[in-house]
Amino acid sequence: MIEDRNVDVAVIGAGAAGLAAAAECADHGLETVVIDREELPGGILRQCIHNGFGLRYFHEELTGPEYADRVVERAAASGVKFQMNTTVSDVRREENGDFTLLLLSEQSGVTRVHARAVVLAMGCRERNRGNLAIPGGRPAGVFTAGCAQKLLNTEGMLPGKCAVIVGSGDIGLIMARRLRWSGVEVKAVVEIMPYASGLTRNVVQCLNDFNIPLYLEHSVVSINGRERVQSVDVAPLHDGIPILEQKFTINCDTVLFSVGLIPENELAARLGVELNPATGGALVDADYQTSVPGVFSGGNVLHVHDLVDFVSEEAARAGRAVIRYLEGATAAERNPVRAGANLKYVVPGYYARGRDTVFAFRPLGVWASAMLEAELDGRVIWKRRCSHVRPAEMLLAELSGQLLNAPGTLEFRLRPEQDEAAVEEA
Amino acid sequence: MMKKKELICISCPRGCHLTAERGEGSTGEWQISGNFCPRGAAYAIQELNDPRRIVTATVASDSRLLPRLPVRTDRPLPKRMIAPLLNRLYRLRVKIPVKSGEVLIDDVEKSGVRVIFSCNCKE
Repeated sequence: MIEDRNVDVAVIGAGAAGLAAAAECADHGLETVVIDREELPGGILRQCIHNGFGLRYFHEELTGPEYADRVVERAAASGVKFQMNTTVSDVRREENGDFTLLLLSEQSGVTRVHARAVVLAMGCRERNRGNLAIPGGRPAGVFTAGCAQKLLNTEGMLPGKCAVIVGSGDIGLIMARRLRWSGVEVKAVVEIMPYASGLTRNVVQCLNDFNIPLYLEHSVVSINGRERVQSVDVAPLHDGIPILEQKFTINCDTVLFSVGLIPENELAARLGVELNPATGGALVDADYQTSVPGVFSGGNVLHVHDLVDFVSEEAARAGRAVIRYLEGATAAERNPVRAGANLKYVVPGYYARGRDTVFAFRPLGVWASAMLEAELDGRVIWKRRCSHVRPAEMLLAELSGQLLNAPGTLEFRLRPEQDEAAVEEA
Repeated sequence: MMKKKELICISCPRGCHLTAERGEGSTGEWQISGNFCPRGAAYAIQELNDPRRIVTATVASDSRLLPRLPVRTDRPLPKRMIAPLLNRLYRLRVKIPVKSGEVLIDDVEKSGVRVIFSCNCKE
């Protein structure tokens, strides 16, 4: 006999996104369960022991565990139920519009949860060596930066003695400092782009403070070693092609990859949710509802955020939309929203007339100043000047429903006004 | 002859490129330019006179759930005190329960900086 449990809302993932959405639902009196593989709720925040979180959401600077404790306490106080150490192995939509989730756990074996709505909040996983197809041997000592972070910060295990970090994303930069502060040598950070992909302040306090060299427009062309990593070969890039004649070797026993995140959407695919190829996340409307009625998505599983504060805010909006859905509100209108010039994507992918909406974007380049514009059927209805634009930093636009007063296609674009170099020379 | 130093502000994600200048041999205040806001000037002067950083680390614990407990300084610590502090922290083994914000080390080398736990741990 498989044990069954009925709830109003099933939230998959107990990170910042899942907890924010769940707290909204439970506050409203909905029976809400959050399901997560880990033993403790809080998600990736638990392993991010550095500071820099919460300035926007809590108006003070917190470490990851402090931010996690606060949002877990808030969700628990709202009446959210936690089902930890549990993997959701399948989810499907029944004919009556409800959902059945198949769960696996060591304590209870296989169980089922029946829910009237589902929130996808599974977050991301890291791109790894396989995604980059880096040649060489298959020795031990190759980690993703987040995996090394978890080993070091929550288990107290050092990944090695001497490391090279591939990619200059913030996780890689933070790990460079963390390794140095743990007695591990960091030989270099290698980045294919002409600029660091993480925040400038992280380059200063995580690399410059320790005199760790940052090789821009360079690529790791080989990982060498049989049992354990012994070295990597690094070559400069010309038009994206490594110049092998100029390659050099760096001795190390550990290689960390900090080369981007991929929304973890296997369960969304099981549900038949339509995905947006530009984000890797679900295509959602102004209510963060996916193409499958009753399935909502928010946080990093929807698109990769740079600040957890934005994850909490977005998922809370998704949670409030779940409440409206369960109260029988009609689905939000689906007028298409497009990412135009210099924007990689826009979320949500649809707007509804008369509805206040927060749009999120990822810029495609680096500019000191650029104008973000919204055009509805050939008419510019909104614009805002953005300074210090870079792909590492998400842009947000809050449009009032009064502006979104006509059906049609809404297009956002970024009009560069000033290059970064022009400002530095001035 | 002016003495000139270049810095990058770490007060916020903007990362202003700062220039600090003062007369050669002078011990007076540095003149700061390139900052977008007053925090930049304050950061530059602090950085030139007495560089400090927030320190985050972990300590061993007897908890089953959290064998390493995260800790941090409650304010930036003079850079020269960071390595000795880390050495001290890595030799500790703390007993639970602990509460977030609870003080682990009250006054690091008479700097007035405290080390506090940055998470709750009951079991």
